[in-house]
Amino acid sequence: MKLWEIAHVRTGDKGNISNISLTVYDKKDFELIKEKVTAEKLKSWYGDQVKGDILRFELPQLGALNFVMFDALGGGVTSSTALDKHGKTLGAYLLEMPVF
Amino acid sequence: MKKIRIGSGAGYAGDRLEPALELIEKGNLDYICFEGLAERTIAIAQKAKKADGKKGYNELLLDRMRKVLPLAYRHKTKVITNMGAANPIEAMNEIAQLARALNLEGLTIAALTGDDISEHIHQYLESPILETGQSLDSIKDKIISANAYLGCDGIVEALSQGADIIITGRVADPSLFLAPMLYEFDWKQDDVEKRGVGTLIGHLLECAGQVTGGYFADPGKKEVPDLWNLGFPFVEVDEGGNGFISKLADAGGLVTPATCTEQLLYEIHDPEHYITPDCVADFSKVIFTQIEKNKVAFSGATSKLATDTFKVSVGYQNGFIGEGEISYGGSNCLNRALLAKSVVEKRLELMPFEISDLRLDLIGINSLLDQGLPSSEPKEVRLRVAGKLSTKQDAQRLANEVETLYTNGPAGGGGATKRVEEIISIASILVPKNDIVTNIHFQKIQA
Repeated sequence: MKLWEIAHVRTGDKGNISNISLTVYDKKDFELIKEKVTAEKLKSWYGDQVKGDILRFELPQLGALNFVMFDALGGGVTSSTALDKHGKTLGAYLLEMPVF
Repeated sequence: MKKIRIGSGAGYAGDRLEPALELIEKGNLDYICFEGLAERTIAIAQKAKKADGKKGYNELLLDRMRKVLPLAYRHKTKVITNMGAANPIEAMNEIAQLARALNLEGLTIAALTGDDISEHIHQYLESPILETGQSLDSIKDKIISANAYLGCDGIVEALSQGADIIITGRVADPSLFLAPMLYEFDWKQDDVEKRGVGTLIGHLLECAGQVTGGYFADPGKKEVPDLWNLGFPFVEVDEGGNGFISKLADAGGLVTPATCTEQLLYEIHDPEHYITPDCVADFSKVIFTQIEKNKVAFSGATSKLATDTFKVSVGYQNGFIGEGEISYGGSNCLNRALLAKSVVEKRLELMPFEISDLRLDLIGINSLLDQGLPSSEPKEVRLRVAGKLSTKQDAQRLANEVETLYTNGPAGGGGATKRVEEIISIASILVPKNDIVTNIHFQKIQA
């Protein structure tokens, strides 16, 4: 099963930092994503895209995890040469992650 | 208990106008706020102002106000916007002229200034740039603009002096919305809980349609009714800090705990420490409750006292981006695109200038996130080449190296485009709040 089945994302940016929230549709799945979707897992999932650390914040009452990925946007929206300078498309790739 | 309604009229500079007009018309609003200043927008506006002292505010502002003012006047809705960008005073003057032509007697328009500290920026050359850690001195010759993210105070003062329409430059997005709450409910500096709630409301509203089902739909999984007719949000809040967020019943979109949760966590990093000029908000315990269809109550927000610094965005010239694209389709298109890529790569190696951040991506394959080449042949693929150069001319040459693939590259290339753009980057520094002096200017429309 892919994360897409049980959770949704929103992606934002500040400077060279990408911020992805991951929220489960059903709170009973929160423990599962908390266990499976770790900051280390994201670091390898995004590979060369994310050059800095990744922090994870937990919001169990909302069934959500908030990931902050440093040095992740080729300089950020005001200087990157990427097609998607905000990195707004990055979050959806996380939903491809298998969780079983 | 006293309560007010605040609507969101725009989530970015170029946002739609119709949902804002509908909200003023039918939303029974006391206030509507238009947010329209992305990080570097003000640097671009500053350049426009330098070229023409009458410019430098949002290009769509007057078109917006032509429609907004008569409605807001009729419904007694006050308007707050940061679309004054680099020139709030000229924006105020133009809006006043518009209001006179529309016979909006008694209307008071205010402009807030003081965010622009570009004339004093030399005082801060030793300040570290938050993004890189280098000192501001490292970019001093390239600086275009410097604007502090002001908080609520100036807007609250303008409201207390009777302003109906308030035009600002750089003000932090949530502060535009928090200001009317502080003014109406007289929430004090140390009332950290209510300031936290007010900042939460501002944060939920500041991106307009992003909390009512915009940036949300995922067919088959997250359906959004009538997305084409997306409504903008409003909040009703009482002086105790209790309230709900909703949208007009006949507008498209939806308001649910899921849309609110996505917007709550949007670009806030640590939910316990969301730093704004007005407070350090703590959203870590926020709860959303669906109380009716498209009506969500919020609770659990709080804050700590504000820091003693303002964040200042320094805009600077950072060279040029040159960019070219060309498409390949049909049989063996991926291999022809890869050949095209290697041709451009070799040609660029021969160029007598330095290219930084060079990217050669295949749109449809690896331009958003590089996950390697696909195992099956795509039906079409588009090569995109982009890099940073120090002059416009060099950027043009890079872009041309893609276009010349038409007659010099692999078979069947089509739809070539090229683009050159000046790069205006942003460096952030912190400046003591005591250094910043704000002023409020007024124009009253007389009979």
